[in-house]
This record gives sequence, structure tokens and C-alpha cells, in this order.
Amino acid sequence: MPKVTIDDIEIEVPDGTTILQAARMIGGEVVPPAMCYHSKLKTSGGYCRTCIVKVEKGSEKDPRPMPKPVPSCRTTVMDGMVVRNKTAPDIVEARAGIVEFLLINHPLDCPVCDQAGECDLQDLAYEHGKSHSRYDFQRRTFEKIDIGEHIKLHMTRCILCYRCVKTAEQITDGRVHGVIYRGDAAEISTYIQNVIDNDFSGNVIDVCPVGALTDRTFRFKSRVWFTKPVDAHRDCPKCSGQVRLWEKGGEVLRVTARKDKYGEVESFICNECRYDKKNASDWVIEGPSKVDRHSVIGANHYENSVLSATDDRQQTGLPHGKKVELGEGALNPNNIY
Amino acid sequence: MLTNRSKVVSKKEMSLSERLYLPAIASGLSITFKHIFKKVPTIRYPEQKREIASVYRGQHVLKRDENGAERCTACGLCAVACPAEAITMDAAERKKGEEGLYREEKYASVYEINMLRCIFCGLCEEACPKEAIFLTNRIVDTEYGRNSFIYGKDKLVEKIDARIDVSERQTEKTIEFKKISLAIIICLLLKLRI
Repeated sequence: MPKVTIDDIEIEVPDGTTILQAARMIGGEVVPPAMCYHSKLKTSGGYCRTCIVKVEKGSEKDPRPMPKPVPSCRTTVMDGMVVRNKTAPDIVEARAGIVEFLLINHPLDCPVCDQAGECDLQDLAYEHGKSHSRYDFQRRTFEKIDIGEHIKLHMTRCILCYRCVKTAEQITDGRVHGVIYRGDAAEISTYIQNVIDNDFSGNVIDVCPVGALTDRTFRFKSRVWFTKPVDAHRDCPKCSGQVRLWEKGGEVLRVTARKDKYGEVESFICNECRYDKKNASDWVIEGPSKVDRHSVIGANHYENSVLSATDDRQQTGLPHGKKVELGEGALNPNNIY
Repeated sequence: MLTNRSKVVSKKEMSLSERLYLPAIASGLSITFKHIFKKVPTIRYPEQKREIASVYRGQHVLKRDENGAERCTACGLCAVACPAEAITMDAAERKKGEEGLYREEKYASVYEINMLRCIFCGLCEEACPKEAIFLTNRIVDTEYGRNSFIYGKDKLVEKIDARIDVSERQTEKTIEFKKISLAIIICLLLKLRI
């Protein structure tokens, strides 16, 4: 069991754990952001470089530091390794540079994009990026492509994380989806517009960290923060049936898989659940999804602020036997901040 | 007694001049007549109008761009910024041939502001990333029914032949300020962690 120290916090992890996984075991501030790594997809990670960390001490046996920042999603821990993430100023600066590179060809079309509000790149740019662009040249542009009747590909927004390619490889049977061309010209393609007709092809929408692959049945229907996420399930013969419904005025506008706190899909869902079951009567509603207090999705939804307030109580061990009413939960400053 | 400002009323006998009554009448009338010759603080609205600031926050306008296409893309930032929740909208996708009508591929098919809810704070104008919505120095008309205060696109979007000048509000300085703060505002509003 190797011991690793990340940002001065020591943890013992099983053999073969990556630095990113070890940091996630600690949780909180030390977790490096990741755009291309996805815990449910094998061999994902290693492309985007946002999760880079500094290794100050390689291991107990070989204490030399690693010469360059390393991607934490692809580097396994060694016994006695000392890693710095937030506490290394050069890593914070390098990450800002990587965000700048990711945004070089990314269009500033957040007002139009359906992903805005739940976009990993938006969060990343907010936390680590600069507020202006130094890029003077033309951004590369592509025509929009319809991949099948349900998915829209905006190649201009793609950051080439390969998550959808890995999903197509591992969840669908045949390989009909990949990255063609190289370097600056690389693009996600389905080889001569091959339609993905696999039952689980819709999951590429959920794994996409940006708005490159979006749901055509939800296209421009509503902004994410005007809809209310609700956890629901149904007895599905193909998939787990554990989904998140996005409601507006009692109408289900969109069905997605549930995502964990790192924005990664918990269990993949089939296309029937995603596209064809858009009545609330098709589902057994479990209750409102847990939304972070700082999220724009919680804006103007007062039930969510109560929910997160009760959640905080459970975490901090405050008495919560009493039923929390709206006023009490929402107005208590201890719960809000 | 809580405020310590209560006064004890004195019930003294009235003096002779007070009992005569006429001196009090005279002093009261003198105040009345003095006011006749003073400058009147009110104006005769609507014939006369008071001067208002060039950046007065009155009725909204949805601007068109220089080609006459609507600037609004229904991004919803004004609605989420609105503290009174007065703004609602529906988006639609621009069809082929409508490029002259709408500037971007998405546009607001319905855009409504409830003028009774609106508090004219101007946060929608500040949040708008497309320079589409502005408050103007026009005062919202009075209406007889509540429903007629819900202004749709017919009242909000500026007419092509009667453009509304917002150059006073959209100065170089404000554009520069918006450029800097825009990225921060967008990110602040859209930040998400589930």
C-alpha cells in the first residue's frame, strides 16, 4: 500500500492508483480538474493536460523530482511520492496556460450553446482562466453535423478530449465514431456521416464536457438553469433506468444520465430512456436532484436551497431530526455560507 | 416611553390673545397668502415634463443590429439576473432565409417583461452579452388592466424605421467596462457544480 502526500495531505492508497484518483479519495481543494479523464471509461485521460501536477519527490527509493509537470490521471502513485497541485504556483500558472490553449479555437457562443450552465469548460475557465484572449488569428470553424436524428455535433466547440470516442468504443459494439486527421486539423467524425444506431449511442452527449455533442430533442428548448433536475427511475430492460429528468412547468424537456460531483456519468442509459420517455408518467420520481449551492441551476429554485441546507446539516452533524421548513433552512446564514 | 421622546401635554389656561381667536386666524391666513406667491414645486404633467438624466432607466428596448437583425439570442442571462423575475422567454432556431431577421442561429420567439414586476434596476442591461437589451428614458405608459403591462416583443423590439438611440448609455467607457466584466459576469452567472 503506497503512501502519497498531495498538497501536504498524506493518504495510503491501493497499488496502481493514479494521482488523480488518490486526490479524489482525499477530496476537496486538492482534486485537480479534469476534462478528458472519465472514471467510467477505460483508457480515458492523458489528452487535455488540465490535471497536471508537480511531483516533488518521485518515491521513497528514488527521491528525485520529476523534471516536468505530469498528468495526474495517467501517473500512478509510488510509495513516498510527494505531489503538489494547488500549493505549487507554477502549476497554477501552467494550468492557466492550458486553459488558454483549450480556448484558442473555442467559440464564445455560450449564449447560444445548450451546454451553458453545465459546461465543464466554463467552470474551468472561470476557476483557472484569464478574462481575455490574446489570440489574434481566425478561429477554426466547421459546419454543424447531424450525427443520427438525435445528436448534433458542433465541431467548433470540441476540445478533442476523446471521451465520446472511448464511449463509442466501449459501450457500442462496432467502431463507427472516431477522430480523423491530425494535430490542428483533427476532428471528431463518424466516417462519412455514419449514423450511430446503437442503443447506447446517446451517452456521448453526457460524456461530452463541452457543448460539442448536444441532444437534438432538447435543442434550444430551454436554458439549463430554467429547468429543474429531478432524479427518477423506471424498469428498463436495457439499462439501469436511473436517470435525471429536467423539468420545466411539469413538462419533461430532457432526460440525461445522473452525474457525480465531478460531472462524470454514474451509469449509462439507453436511447429509449433518453429520447422516447418524455412524460412524467413514464417515470417513478425520487425527488429533486442534489445541486450545488453555487450552481446556476439552483438559482431561483428555492426547494434546492433547502435541500442543500439539510444536506449541510447531515455533513456537519447538526441536529436534523426536526423537519426543515423553507424559512429556517433558507434564512439561516450558517446553512447558506 | 420606549423612545424617551414622549411629551407631557400641558393644559394651561389660555391667555387673553389666544382667547380672542382673531390673531390666530390672521397668522394662519398670512401663511396661506405667503404660499400663493412662492414658486410652485409641482409641474403640469403631461404638458410639461421634468428634465431626466440621459441614462434614466425607463422602458426597455430590444435592439436590432446595423442590418436590422434582432440582437437577442435568448441566452437567458437577463432573466437569471433579474431580481424581480420579470423576464420570461422562449427560444427558437433560426431557419434558412431568416438571417436578416435574427443575428444568430438562436433567437427569442417569445420575450416578455412584466412591467409591474420590473423594478428598473438595469441588471438585465448589465448582464446582456449581446448588447441587445437596454433601458431607455421613455416612461412606461399607464394602462387599465394588469395584463396589458406584460410587454411582448411587439412593444419591446425597436421598429426598423424608428430606431431608438442608446448611444448615451453605450459609450466607449461602458463598452470597455463591459468587455472586462462580461467574462466574469457570464462565468459567475453560469457557474455550475452538481
